[in-house]
Amino acid sequence: MDSQLKQTLELKANLIRQGIIEGTFNAKSGHPGGSLSVADLFAYLYFSCLNVNPQEPRWEGRDRLVLSKGHAAPAYYAALALRGFFPFEEIKNLRKIGHHLQGHPDRKHTPGVDMSSGSLGQGISAAVGMAYDAKLKAKSHKVYAILGDGEIQEGQVWEAAMFAGHKKLDNLIAFVDNNNLQIDGSMEEVISPYPIAAKFEAFGWNTAEINSHDFAQLEAAFEKAKAAQGKPFVIIGKSVKGKGVSFMEDKVEWHGAAPNKEQYDTALAELKAEYKKLEESAL
Amino acid sequence: MSDVIKKATRDGYGEALVELGNEIENLYVLDADLAAATKTGMFKKAHPKKFLDCGIAEQNMMGIAAGLSIEGNVVFASSFAMFAAGRAFEQVRNSIAYPDANVKIGATHAGISVGEDGATHQCCEDIALMRAIPNMVIINPADAVEAKLATKAAAAYKGPVYLRFGRLAVPVIFDENHRFEIGKGDILSEGSDVTIIATGLMVAEAVKANELLKAKGISARIVNIATIKPIDKQLILESAAKTGVIVTVEEHSIIGGLGSAVCEVICESAAPVPVLRIGVNDRFGFSGPALDLLDEFKLNAENIVNTAERAIGLKAR
Repeated sequence: MDSQLKQTLELKANLIRQGIIEGTFNAKSGHPGGSLSVADLFAYLYFSCLNVNPQEPRWEGRDRLVLSKGHAAPAYYAALALRGFFPFEEIKNLRKIGHHLQGHPDRKHTPGVDMSSGSLGQGISAAVGMAYDAKLKAKSHKVYAILGDGEIQEGQVWEAAMFAGHKKLDNLIAFVDNNNLQIDGSMEEVISPYPIAAKFEAFGWNTAEINSHDFAQLEAAFEKAKAAQGKPFVIIGKSVKGKGVSFMEDKVEWHGAAPNKEQYDTALAELKAEYKKLEESAL
Repeated sequence: MSDVIKKATRDGYGEALVELGNEIENLYVLDADLAAATKTGMFKKAHPKKFLDCGIAEQNMMGIAAGLSIEGNVVFASSFAMFAAGRAFEQVRNSIAYPDANVKIGATHAGISVGEDGATHQCCEDIALMRAIPNMVIINPADAVEAKLATKAAAAYKGPVYLRFGRLAVPVIFDENHRFEIGKGDILSEGSDVTIIATGLMVAEAVKANELLKAKGISARIVNIATIKPIDKQLILESAAKTGVIVTVEEHSIIGGLGSAVCEVICESAAPVPVLRIGVNDRFGFSGPALDLLDEFKLNAENIVNTAERAIGLKAR
């Protein structure tokens, strides 16, 4: 990967993480853990991958994205804001009455959101519907769906996987955020979905397994997925829940808890110091 | 009654879909492995490219329907009422109604008149489930003619609609002059002693009951309510004022269906009147021939007559 692009993405991911902390702190609720684990992914998608137009959020030629793990909305919103869909300042209104940034994505009110989601297992089906339509009408855009690893315990995910495999939807790219933690504990403790790739392969998908905090690996996997033909593609991204905020990393307690003032200050100070370091190294 | 033409409302649905396939370019019809039974098979034959079989996976089908609609398509998604409204309830709520997806749910085999398949397939709760969802229009047509018109009206309406159809061939009571408008009920017969408000296949029984009541010297106003949500409040209130008592009749649980909807309108009015509800009395169905089951559950003209007489008695007090 181009070193300048890598630095840009690192900076964007850092800002997304700041947005996640800002949003969940001000909302006094939300899901920082699973949002931080996809911050790098969102930086890559919105600043190097997706063909979208913030001036025309419903532009027909855009790539579609469905955040099936809708609780990672803070990461999604921060990325959309940084990309210019709405002012970044609005992140502070996350989950506030009268504001469009709902606890989970709402397609009717937030620019850039293609599908309302949040009830696990449902977003992937909508993405499959979008991909089917595009395929039937020979449209060139791609449809992306981001799932959680806990989410794939939902049976509907496999209904959708079976359909997409059967219909050979090679314009569909799914991403499983494999941070290995769900609310009640580790995946192995609750109900193991492993091996994930083999399950998708059995349903007729192409797969790639990567470290999703490595931009070069993200780029390589998505480039491969975009070029794939004849099968839908799933990228299983190993990640760290809470990634980027030292005291949140790999701790299930941060799935659905907001930072208090002290934690907020600590987290932001860490992220801002990191940002400064990244900026300096870019010079 | 030997000259009565009988046809299932699902047939009206299938016929309407075939015509819509010629009229709407961006149309999809989805099914979950029940195309022959839901009558979407007629559409599949006429418009194979616009038909999509999702297999036995109703939850995924509803999500796919939502995704297709977001791309600017009009989408019909069909299964039996039990699976469309029941199994896929949450997908209908969260993936279709909440995002205001332009999806029409064509639910067939509603009520106990499914017959021999028994309780697992006899959905008497679908109207109650769908009524509780914001943004959902619910239409339960009385015969195949109205079913066809309702299907077309649903296609022309922008937003989610739940269409309820039956398996059983039922009397055709409307002719080609019948007009259907979402949210509007019809007075099928004027009367002053009691109002009988019926929906779905019970409308034909209400019409039959009216003849029996006439013979007894009772003047009944017969009202067909096909759109259960949004309900025709004006017609209900006007009927209450005119006849002073109401009987509701539906092939659905008495909890949460037409009877409940009418009671809600009446109770919040300035001049409430008694309402007696005929329906499935908070119980499961069982196997048997459809017509015999309807009698077993007292979903017939005879019970409408008896209930109307009882209702008039309440008014006298």
